[in-house]
Amino acid sequence: MAHIHYRQLEGRAPGFYAVLGALGALILIGLAAALYMEHNGHWVTGMSNQVVWGTPHVFAVFLIVAASGALNVASIASVFGRQLYKPLSRLSGLLALTLLAGGLAVLVLDLGRPDRLTVAMTYYNFKSIFAWNIFLYTGFFAVVAVYLWMMMERRMSDYSKPVGMFAFIWRLTLTTGTGSIFGFLVAREAYDTAVMAPMFIIMSFAYGLAIFILVLMAAMRGSGRELGDVVFGRLRNLLGVFVAAVLYFVAVYHLTNLYITQRHGIEGFILLHGGQFTTMFWLGQIVLGGVIPLVILFSGLGKSRAMVALAAVLVILGGLAQMYVTIIGGQAYPMPLFPGKTVVASSFFDGQIATYTPSLPEVALGVGGFALALALAAFALKVLPFLPQSLSDADADPHHEAAAKKQASAA
Amino acid sequence: MSLSRRQFIGIGGAAVAAAAAAPGLRLVELANARSPEEAATSLQRWGLLIDISKCNDCDVCVTACSTENGWYGHNRPATDPQWIRKVTLKDNQTGYVESLPVLCQHCEEPPCVDVCPTGASFKRADGIVLVDKHICIGCRYCMMACPYKARSFVHEDTTNQKPYAPRGKGTVESCTLCVHRVDAGRIPACVEACNKDGHQAMAFGDLNDKTSEISKRLASAPSTQLRPDLNLNTGVRYQGI
Repeated sequence: MAHIHYRQLEGRAPGFYAVLGALGALILIGLAAALYMEHNGHWVTGMSNQVVWGTPHVFAVFLIVAASGALNVASIASVFGRQLYKPLSRLSGLLALTLLAGGLAVLVLDLGRPDRLTVAMTYYNFKSIFAWNIFLYTGFFAVVAVYLWMMMERRMSDYSKPVGMFAFIWRLTLTTGTGSIFGFLVAREAYDTAVMAPMFIIMSFAYGLAIFILVLMAAMRGSGRELGDVVFGRLRNLLGVFVAAVLYFVAVYHLTNLYITQRHGIEGFILLHGGQFTTMFWLGQIVLGGVIPLVILFSGLGKSRAMVALAAVLVILGGLAQMYVTIIGGQAYPMPLFPGKTVVASSFFDGQIATYTPSLPEVALGVGGFALALALAAFALKVLPFLPQSLSDADADPHHEAAAKKQASAA
Repeated sequence: MSLSRRQFIGIGGAAVAAAAAAPGLRLVELANARSPEEAATSLQRWGLLIDISKCNDCDVCVTACSTENGWYGHNRPATDPQWIRKVTLKDNQTGYVESLPVLCQHCEEPPCVDVCPTGASFKRADGIVLVDKHICIGCRYCMMACPYKARSFVHEDTTNQKPYAPRGKGTVESCTLCVHRVDAGRIPACVEACNKDGHQAMAFGDLNDKTSEISKRLASAPSTQLRPDLNLNTGVRYQGI
């Protein structure tokens, strides 16, 4: 295999600084939104005592899940030995770090007392999945940082396989922890199922790869580097497989609930008469986030890079819709406190479907987290050699026809 | 007049002795009260019995709790706190209507305590489930986990707090079983108010003490927990549901 050359983004392209400036503005707006919410208290948001986790959590959990998924490309190279993915590994590790940073920033800034972050780092209840996650998330930063070091320092590259294996196991554990935040909740019928953990893992594959593809396309194009069809085609097909797998898990989840009479209420709510949640499920999660990307990726449409980029955007939007349905829809449906009885009156909304409308500050905070992840990645690409100089077919895969032809013509 | 050295030492010594003895005398007084360790021993399991057949349409328990603990609304029902609420139920099959108060059920195996990352959600040895307002970070995971919707997030600034029931914007709160009263040998405000009104629908006491009124009443008639399927062994029990 040809030696891979990496180089940071060069020059002083105005486009790059415009992107960085726009992301910076979104980060500032997000911070202002967080300050506004903390100063006034959460009553100024769409969240309530009924829907205690809202839009910030939709973005935060999405980003955290996507972060572990973004590392997948590197894992394919170092754990499963696919050389084709090796040039992509550094960017994969970088995005894993920055997406996690963006997600955690949103999560922390939405806390009732974000000023008590030190308390969260010093007091632990080890029966809490949240407490495990604090270790899994901070540990992920350390593990991926070491992994990147092994990849970027030639003397250490022998260790990149074992470290990559360790990072792969760590990321699977991390996403298991994230899914289990919901899977272990016995109180609410939308959760309380072991399938949450593997479903979140497969969701992470799809979300993380969709973001990876878009960032890779933008970075290669923006810096005038070639992204050949061999690499691109592999990534496209892989995204298609992951999207299909997400749909499979969603189907298993809902079929199980539909079989259980006790859960017909929540299923009817999500699938049939849940208003915004039903729309978000069918239109957002299934059609936009699943069916249309599958059609694009596995048909002739997938030959167009613009269409593949569109599919990746749709996977991200569909993922946010899936998080919205899972997190907010799961809370909006009332808990079954009194099976067999109807609540006629309650001053605390017992037995009622909770209303929820995302507020502007919540959305601004969530978008700010996205912007933080992308800004950190852009900055890192500028100062350190994360991006390969070329991903042309000849460079990516010497055994490919193109390379063969090139050699033939040279001879 | 000038003090001789002997007089000075004498008066000074007496003053020192008095200063040393005074806290000791105070300690004797305190020793007669229950020390914090004694108050929260697993020898007791505090519980509440609610007899729905005696529960009227009134909400004196709710008002008494709010007055006692200093929680109040801002006319924003979705975000206003509610440590205890009245719920009216209708049986789907028979149409029978009943009314009951719902509050923290003080589970023996509280899901809110399981999920709390910092340990702010905790259960005392005597079974009272509380939130340590000093280490609650406001993540609301306990509210996701509680099957009884017993907890409220403080969505806005608080004023006129009671010293024995601290509240804080950005933290989670719920029924404390009037722990400050229980530790002083009194009964919770809701129970007192219900009894004062003559309903006698609520009884408070030690579930571990077989001679207590609550234990006797529970032993003599059928009762149930809310969501018994979850096997949380709640400290709050209902009769007549």
